[in-house]
Amino acid sequence: MRKALVIAVPYLWLLALFLVPFLMVLKISLSDVALSIPPYTPQLDLTGGLAAIGEFFSQLDLENFVFLTSDDLYIKAYASSLTIAVISTFLTLLIGYPIAYAMARAAPEWRPTLLMLIILPFWTSFLIRVYAWMGILSNTGLLNQFLLWLGVISEPLEILNTNIAVYIGVVYTYLPFMILPIYATLERMDGSLLEAAEDLGCSRLSAFWLVTLPLSKTGIVAGCFLVFIPTLGEFVIPSLLGGSQTLMIGKVLFEEFLNNRDWPVASAVAVILLLILIIPIILFQRNEQRARELDQ
Amino acid sequence: MNRFSWFNVTSLTLGFAFLYLPMLILVIYSFNESKLVTVWAGFSTRWYGELFRNEEFLDAAWITLQVAFYSSTIATVLGTMAAYALVRGGRFRGRTLFSGMVYAPLVMPEVITGLSLLLLFIGLGMATGMLTVTLAHTTFSMAYVSVVVSSRLSTFDRSLEEAALDLGASPFEAFRLVTLPIIAPAVISGWLLAFTLSLDDLVIASFTTGPGATTLPIKVFSAVRLGVSPEINALSTILIAIVTVGVVTASLATKRQAIRQAREEKMGERGVA
Amino acid sequence: MAETAAKPKPKAKPMPHEGVFEPWNDPNAKPLIEFRNVTKRYGDFTAIDDLTLNIYEKEFFALLGPSGCGKTTMMRMLAGFESITQGRILLAGRDIGDVPPNKRSVNMMFQSYALFPHLSVWENIAFGLRRETKDAARITERVEEMLRLTRLEKFARRKPHQISGGQRQRVALARSLAKAPKLLLLDEPLGALDKKLREETQFELMDIQEKTGTTFVIVTHDQEEAMTVASRVAVMDEGRLVQVATPPVIYEAPNSIYVADFIGDVSLIQGKASARPETPVPAPPVSPTEDPAAKAAPAAMPEVPVASAAPLPDGRAPAPNVMGEWLHDKVLFPILGRRPPTPKALSAPDKAPAVPEPAPAPPESGTPESPPELPGGGLAIHWADGLDPLVAVNGDPALAGRTVTLAIRPEKVTISRDKPATDNAIEGTVIDIAYLGNISTYHVEIAGGVMVKAQMTNTRRIAKRDITWDDAVWIGFSATAGVVLDA
Repeated sequence: MRKALVIAVPYLWLLALFLVPFLMVLKISLSDVALSIPPYTPQLDLTGGLAAIGEFFSQLDLENFVFLTSDDLYIKAYASSLTIAVISTFLTLLIGYPIAYAMARAAPEWRPTLLMLIILPFWTSFLIRVYAWMGILSNTGLLNQFLLWLGVISEPLEILNTNIAVYIGVVYTYLPFMILPIYATLERMDGSLLEAAEDLGCSRLSAFWLVTLPLSKTGIVAGCFLVFIPTLGEFVIPSLLGGSQTLMIGKVLFEEFLNNRDWPVASAVAVILLLILIIPIILFQRNEQRARELDQ
Repeated sequence: MNRFSWFNVTSLTLGFAFLYLPMLILVIYSFNESKLVTVWAGFSTRWYGELFRNEEFLDAAWITLQVAFYSSTIATVLGTMAAYALVRGGRFRGRTLFSGMVYAPLVMPEVITGLSLLLLFIGLGMATGMLTVTLAHTTFSMAYVSVVVSSRLSTFDRSLEEAALDLGASPFEAFRLVTLPIIAPAVISGWLLAFTLSLDDLVIASFTTGPGATTLPIKVFSAVRLGVSPEINALSTILIAIVTVGVVTASLATKRQAIRQAREEKMGERGVA
Repeated sequence: MAETAAKPKPKAKPMPHEGVFEPWNDPNAKPLIEFRNVTKRYGDFTAIDDLTLNIYEKEFFALLGPSGCGKTTMMRMLAGFESITQGRILLAGRDIGDVPPNKRSVNMMFQSYALFPHLSVWENIAFGLRRETKDAARITERVEEMLRLTRLEKFARRKPHQISGGQRQRVALARSLAKAPKLLLLDEPLGALDKKLREETQFELMDIQEKTGTTFVIVTHDQEEAMTVASRVAVMDEGRLVQVATPPVIYEAPNSIYVADFIGDVSLIQGKASARPETPVPAPPVSPTEDPAAKAAPAAMPEVPVASAAPLPDGRAPAPNVMGEWLHDKVLFPILGRRPPTPKALSAPDKAPAVPEPAPAPPESGTPESPPELPGGGLAIHWADGLDPLVAVNGDPALAGRTVTLAIRPEKVTISRDKPATDNAIEGTVIDIAYLGNISTYHVEIAGGVMVKAQMTNTRRIAKRDITWDDAVWIGFSATAGVVLDA
């Protein structure tokens, strides 16, 4: 009895506030835009009985999806989101791996503190962390002042409102997501493996390539997905740090929905974004599964 | 340390500098006298005073705290139930769908979560406002609570619950007297996580909020869009200070606890009376 | 098949002794627990297969078997954590199939101890009592009593992580006994302790079981532990009971190769059985012969009470003491019960070890000159062409004509350079010697590549021992040392 209640309450909550809304997105993506409230048609009228339901389904079509392919704004937005996500994931890995490696090699009594220092920014407001870079990267910002003072440049660099600022923002905010899984695999690694590799004639560098790196693969893959998946739908970073030419699908979706009020197209954009996301999510889960099996 | 320790030290130094310098700069400039945020014009707490006189910010902060409190509390209850159902519920009909729904918000772009919930609220004819934001935040943060609690539940020795039943406790008593006290740390961290996520959320709140329920992140976002503002620097500093104090205290407490436990265990093994 | 070993054989009448605890031999005793054709399946996998078993009040009953044999499932069914697919389990005559675990007067001591980490030792012990009563005075009294019983008074306020492993084990025991259950289940109770502590604790467990008079059912994969603590042992394999009997019977008279092999060390010799004549070879009236096998180890005990049963001409008949009688009832009876009591002139050695001593040495010099008497009956086992058949007087004549396996414990086999005067003597080569300190085990290869293990007590210094690798040796054992099993 009680067990049924424990399952039923969260189940019903999620059905009502997760599954149903999602099905509505799906449905509206197949509807047409209309000047009404809500601004789309057809609307399901259950009082009309089966005939009305049949009528309702017959009016649904893929028109919005066809529209998306015809307007290269959307295709460009998807493409540039993917590009930005891939590049910034790679940059995050490049910066995160040495940090994770150094943490795992640090003296054991230092590790909890280092770990806390990595997690601390994660508890701080995302918005504030992105905002912090606005003051640094702007034309009159600290970075430009510093570079001018050094004499490296004679004119302020245009960094804010470019894709570079977006990369910096993504790397900065998602760095903990990359470091933590890599650190976890490296820390678990048996130190005698490296000694064995050296004993068998590896140099330190080749021991790293042949032993450490392959063994941290699951951590690397997990970290990459943890950065890639949220970056793809990112809204705050491109809005604050990116410029007018920075197209990211999260931003397009936000504006399409709240500013243009074209709900059917926005829903179609959302459905496609989810379809794109499903592939990395499945790959990520497979990676996690494999990591768990390796553990046993 | 090994021969590469210079490399390790360098990467740690650079890494932490990268992580902390931007925030440090933010904190320093919050005490800047000048309105021009990039020019240092002397120490002042002027912007803190301005911030506390800004009714709009204070209202938004109050609304945000209320939303965060209610949503994280409901999310903790629901998330713990969901975790319990998934880890201890055995097989039940629709389990796959259930676990999919529990964890999906973790990978769902916030834009889509916000959009779909707004469509639901409009479809139901609900006026958007504090209630709808709270419902939305509860839904997405319960996923995080479930993850935290279920990882604790799955490492938890199941025979403890069986022992309670064996000694005559009803299933509910077993949960209240044994399971809950043991998973309490995870439940508390789940609550804190949900609270922070709600405080922090911009995108979902932007979709699901209505007139009179502007949350702090929305307020900050609209102020920040126009450029850097010294008031926001002051606000950020306050938030950073709260988080830092909280996290450092918590980690010191756990560390002390771990040390004490280790010492007591050592004494116990020696059988010291 | 399992029950045959546990219950008295129909032919043999139970011989109740005052003070001897064996309710399984008393047809009037009411069992506390009855498994009636219990089957447990998980999907296609059958964990427990049509199992029937009685366990009596005050018994210390051990379920023994390799992992996955179903012993833990049986215990969890008793506790109420597993449902029964088919059949019934009765506790004191009541079907407990539908009683939830928290309503059963059965308590369990968990393998992990499952001590509540957030409660003190005192509160852990009080946990079950608080579920049934609000009477604080009664709870306090009972908890204090349990603390005294398990000698934990000093640790009452400690949390589980603040005490040692052995103390935790005692807390778990105290907690499960606090409610005075009819039946206490112990799941590998000593598995987490180191060897030395485990041995001490075994005796403590037996002591507490006796003091409280509770029925204990213990699950273990450690055969030594089961043999030490239990009044009866059930050997399980793949969800079935293979043999249920007292520890001496399980050891001395295993009913199958599986049991013989699972419990202790054993050598197996296969051969074709033929019946032997019933009449014994006449023997000279007085010929004090020594049976080296009888001296070799306590396991050779079968000889002793038989000898004591017949009056000896020299008048030095060893009177059966309590231990001897106990041995007779527990050990010999099931082994030798089938044999008609033939008067024998076999005399006991001067100082017959009526009580098992830790492996006295077989002095090789003392090997008797004259061959010992061979009683009639039993089986001859033709194990190798051209060699003398092995004699097993305790073999069941019904097995004649079949291929059988003779199972012999290493401590009942002697090893010597010269042919011994034992009932059975086989030539072989030493392949391996395992030196264990107090004893050495010799692996001897005999005809047909069969390996036989022989054990010898190391009474001499290592340099004086003359048998070494690749030596040609003789192994010997008496006509009653082995057990003939259908193979």
